[in-house]
Amino acid sequence: MNAMTDKPSSQPQNLRTLSYSEAIREAMAIAMEADPTVILMGEDIGVYGGAFQVTLDLVDRFGTDRVMDTPISELGGAGVAVGAALTGLKPIFEFQFSDFAMLAMEQIVNQAAKLRYMLGGEASVPVVFRLPAGSGTGAAAQHSQSIEAWFGHVPGLKVLQPATPEDAKGMLLAALADPDPVMIFEHKLLYKMKGHVPEGSYLTPVGKALVRREGTDVTIVAGSIMLHRALEAAEQLTKDGINAEVIDLRCIRPIDHETILASVRKTGKLMVVYEGVKAFGVGAEISAMVAESDAFDFLDAPILRLGAADAPVPYNPDLERASVPQVDSIEAAARRLTRREV
Amino acid sequence: MTQPDNRPFAIRTYAPDQLREALKRMYLIRRFEEGAEDSYMRGLIHGTMHLSIGQEASAMASCMELTDDDKITSTHRGHGHCIAKGAEVGRMFAEFFGKETGYCHGRGGSMHIADVKTGNLGANGIVGGGLPIAVGAALSAKRLGKSDVTICFFGDGANNEGAFHEALNMASVWKLPVVFICENNGYGMSTSIARSTSVKHIADRAVAYSMPGVTVDGNDFSAVAEAVHHAVARARAGEGPSLVENLTYRWRGHSKSDRNRYRTKEEIEEWMTRDPIARFRAELIAHGVLDEASADAIEAAAIADMEAGIEFAKASPAPSISDVTRYVYAEN
Ligand SMILES: Cc1ncc(C[n+]2csc(CCOP(=O)(O)OP(=O)(O)O)c2C)c(N)n1
Ligand SMILES: [Mg+2]
Repeated sequence: MNAMTDKPSSQPQNLRTLSYSEAIREAMAIAMEADPTVILMGEDIGVYGGAFQVTLDLVDRFGTDRVMDTPISELGGAGVAVGAALTGLKPIFEFQFSDFAMLAMEQIVNQAAKLRYMLGGEASVPVVFRLPAGSGTGAAAQHSQSIEAWFGHVPGLKVLQPATPEDAKGMLLAALADPDPVMIFEHKLLYKMKGHVPEGSYLTPVGKALVRREGTDVTIVAGSIMLHRALEAAEQLTKDGINAEVIDLRCIRPIDHETILASVRKTGKLMVVYEGVKAFGVGAEISAMVAESDAFDFLDAPILRLGAADAPVPYNPDLERASVPQVDSIEAAARRLTRREV
Repeated sequence: MTQPDNRPFAIRTYAPDQLREALKRMYLIRRFEEGAEDSYMRGLIHGTMHLSIGQEASAMASCMELTDDDKITSTHRGHGHCIAKGAEVGRMFAEFFGKETGYCHGRGGSMHIADVKTGNLGANGIVGGGLPIAVGAALSAKRLGKSDVTICFFGDGANNEGAFHEALNMASVWKLPVVFICENNGYGMSTSIARSTSVKHIADRAVAYSMPGVTVDGNDFSAVAEAVHHAVARARAGEGPSLVENLTYRWRGHSKSDRNRYRTKEEIEEWMTRDPIARFRAELIAHGVLDEASADAIEAAAIADMEAGIEFAKASPAPSISDVTRYVYAEN
């Protein structure tokens, strides 16, 4: 995976680099230093450092009162975080795998997302949920899902998906500054990816997509790890004279209509690439959004969605690989789309 | 007047053949785990896995009185349960190697290892996921008028999931033929019982659900067999569920990524002196069920089975990529 971070041209040399997980850890440490109400909760986030070592050593710095290992109790643990957020703390709750958020659906969807509204704006739930997501680790159907789009269906939540170390840090700090519940889906395969990360505190704007590569022939919208695959595919496509524009979606809810629509007006072709199951996913929302807008008139080919196979994530590594979009499948699809073979 | 039989429960209850088979399966579990670990290092297995080395008596002694019609639900640490319930190690290795001949046709891997035909309803990637399912299996047995029991394995960490509490309550209210077996190895990943659980022993939870609860030395084959024997008898008699807590220890890390920062080397070494297989073997020899030579032969046979299993798995075909959506729904 290439360590694509920002528009390469705008990057001076010798910038400080961190890995995606180091960037997240740095954000947590900055927030905890600055604000004593920030606490971490989750399974094995203390001495173990979290299943993906994201919280490594934070317990040594901040103690067990602020870095709390919960029992294996996702529903209860998430609910305690919601209750604490409602009453003055700012918990960052780590699900060990995003798949386990399903055990906590009640507290996330029925409670956290709706409390402000149900209480007529009198309550605030500034909780942050961190969720390691995605396939590619051989962990099979219950540890490899990409369920971020599910939460896109829930008013009251914000759903982020950082693709770079810089965004991983800035989004976590932005989530903490946000008065509403925010879910951050971190990709397991990105944790070790290095990239430039600014020092100190900064906020990545919530609800803003980013054009990572400018192009004229086709718009490819992708987030998280799919951004990197799309960028790689875009490089390959230049060999055939196809110049793809690649947009980092960054945020699933709220979704950045304007950046996507502007790009579609320019290229006339849209492809949406995501790791979740293709049906009823991020691609459906974006396609419909374009179809409902003036940008529809600019389309000169059908919209193309590339998502996961209509199956749970399989264990066998070749099946697993085949079940989600890869560089070659993105490239092939973009080629078909630009040749109007779809 | 007849003398009371002071021999251990297993010795006085099971035939020598059954005891030898149990020892063989315990060796097979140990060698299988070592074979899996080695295959993982060689890159033949991808993903992660959770080894049950050190917990063999808990798995095997809990399955002594089960037939293929009886069910088990298992956990992420489920290789031992699968072997104890009667699976073939060749098809297990094939699953771990992602092959079509594996128990789950390469779709599930270690964390979903199952053998539905011998009554193993599957390991589980979700901690606590098997508990309500076990209660459902017991409900089937009761409604369908069968005498089958379900053994529900789970770890100490799982007792803090809501599913545990909901499952035990329903099993009790409906008097279902299920035996809850907690394999208490002291930790849920890095988190000790003391840091996670409001009772000292998981068996203490039984009181809240009006069922018998016992805590036994899970590395003592006979102690586990006796506790489970009574619980299974109670279930088959229609008297309802029980909770058995086997105190044991995992010798290896939680999974392949564990650096053991939460426990000491001394603690691990101390537990390794309580090897459940060595203890059972010594007991069988002491009571004349075996001699050293035949015990060695049993161990050698387990190694041979393990090695043959790996060869079978290596030689097996992989699933076809075009079948990626196969088994999502029933086929006509
Ligand atoms: C719902 C859920 N939460 C968390 C996990 C991650 N996880 C897998 S095993 C495990 C520890 C389980 O501990 P225990 O039940 O004691 O079983 P042991 O591993 O000790 O055999 C954890 C936290 C999971 N798989 N499912
Ligand atoms: Mg445990």
